[in-house]
Amino acid sequence: MLTQAVRRLLVAVPTLLCIIAGAFFLMHAAPGGPFTKERQMPPEIERRLERQYGLDLPVGEQLQRYVGGLLRGDLGPSMVYKDKTVADILAEGAPTSALLGLGAMSLALLLGGALGVLAAVRQNLAQDYAVMALAIVGVCLPPLVIGPLMQLLFGIQWSLLPTSGLYRDEFRASYLVLPILTLSLPLIAIISRLMRASMIEALRSNAVRTARAKGLPEAQVIWRHALPVAMLPVISYAGPALAGAMAGSFVVETVFQLPGIGKQFVLAAGQRDYTMVMGVVLLYSVLIIVFNLLADLAYRVLDPRTRTP
Amino acid sequence: MTDILLDETPLAPQVVKGRSLWEDARRRLMRNPAAVVSLYVLAVLVLLAAFGPFLWVHKYNEIFPDQVAIAPTLADMHLLGTDTVGRDMVARILFGLGISLMVGAAATLVALTIGVAWGATAGFLGGFVDEAMMRFVDVLYAIPFVFFVIVLMTVVQLDDAWANLLLIFMAIGAVEWLTMSRIVRGQAISLRRREFVEAARAAGATPLQIVFRHIVPNVLGPVVVFATLNIPVIILTESFLSFIGLGVQEPLTSLGRLIKEGTDQMVTSPWMLMAPAATMLVTLLALNFLGDGLSDALDPKER
Repeated sequence: MLTQAVRRLLVAVPTLLCIIAGAFFLMHAAPGGPFTKERQMPPEIERRLERQYGLDLPVGEQLQRYVGGLLRGDLGPSMVYKDKTVADILAEGAPTSALLGLGAMSLALLLGGALGVLAAVRQNLAQDYAVMALAIVGVCLPPLVIGPLMQLLFGIQWSLLPTSGLYRDEFRASYLVLPILTLSLPLIAIISRLMRASMIEALRSNAVRTARAKGLPEAQVIWRHALPVAMLPVISYAGPALAGAMAGSFVVETVFQLPGIGKQFVLAAGQRDYTMVMGVVLLYSVLIIVFNLLADLAYRVLDPRTRTP
Repeated sequence: MTDILLDETPLAPQVVKGRSLWEDARRRLMRNPAAVVSLYVLAVLVLLAAFGPFLWVHKYNEIFPDQVAIAPTLADMHLLGTDTVGRDMVARILFGLGISLMVGAAATLVALTIGVAWGATAGFLGGFVDEAMMRFVDVLYAIPFVFFVIVLMTVVQLDDAWANLLLIFMAIGAVEWLTMSRIVRGQAISLRRREFVEAARAAGATPLQIVFRHIVPNVLGPVVVFATLNIPVIILTESFLSFIGLGVQEPLTSLGRLIKEGTDQMVTSPWMLMAPAATMLVTLLALNFLGDGLSDALDPKER
């Protein structure tokens, strides 16, 4: 298992290099740069700025310098916010995005998982149809519709919860309730569908039939024997989805005006902040690779069939 | 399933088998009420989107300067009100629906073309080529494509709104082909070794005949299901891009853009959000139900 993990991490290195190079060339192929502004600045100053950030070098050499910096753990300076490095900006946004993503995913796993199990156990009964109807509506109502609706209902109509922003000095969890709910609804929908499908399959397996034949109580059959196997597809979905939720909940962060990484990324792409865009892309790729690996490891721990005796 | 194939392949291989497969699927689809209703709803939506903008009394870009942001009313036939510039919402929704459906269909077509070509080549050639092509797909899977689409949309800002639209098709389609290529490759590999293909080969069919008469109809099932379920995903992606201001540009509009504009006004003029959101919900629900129905109808295990 350890060698497998190490090998996967080694394969990740060329993948990351491809991603870096791809994003780098794409960014630099675009017309305009971080110093192109509506108000023209004197050409000497622009050239000096470009020299300072190494933008006058050939793109290949720039890439080399960037990767060299990465190896030293340096994500480079932001090209728009002159007094900050990319690492600084990411550190500002990361806690919000991580809290949002983790909160939404935990809620989705608990609620979506429970609903999926319920639907599978009561297959083709009223509860099943109710859960599946809910799930399909959840898939079809994206955060960009749900978010504003929740703001309208809970925030403005009933004045129950704050609708936007996040107090920095005086942090309050209530500011995260609506964003987390919004972000988790589509996840709940997908997870409950996955859970139902794999739970139905697990309940038909020989292992479950044996457990029932042994005379185990139904609850024990479901929770101890069927659930661990049924959770596997959910886990392999949840890994990359968690990375996505943590790094780029652009819509939710925009709707609820939260200072997270998704919002920073959209801003940075618009302003041609090369290093900042690269930083977010890199962070997201690393998260995906790590969570995929964790999901695989969890898979091995949970699935008795892949365990080596 | 196997014995049907064994019975029929030696006698009248193509005609009988081909018809029974699709006939069978069609009959099972028609027994699924949700799928049938969705089919009709979709037909109506497509017709509305295709002809509505020409038939409706107002044009999508026609401005009524004295009727800005009015609530739904029968006066002047503003059945769903007007937007902040004074344009009729019915006309805008019809037009936006058309654009959204078009983006969905066109991007799916791009994804299908690349995915089927890539997957079929890898699956049929096998060996080293297959290995190399599928590792390439694995690498692409690890790439955060949403980010790439965003970067692409920001760096390439075309002046012409229609050219920009074309770019959206290409960008989204170029992102969505990966899963398709995996599905097709898997199908191709499993089909290559099946008895009826061997029987056709033994009967003297050429490789081209085998591919088009025997392989393609069998791969078509999963491809159709994927395409149907992919359109809503692409419509959502497009609306998400429009939401952050990178999608469809003025004077064109899409459901996502209308929703975005509606959310900005939702407190004062909720109809600007409700109507496009409801249209989008109905469209996506119909596509999802139809996709699920097709997937059940074409599932070989259920036959």
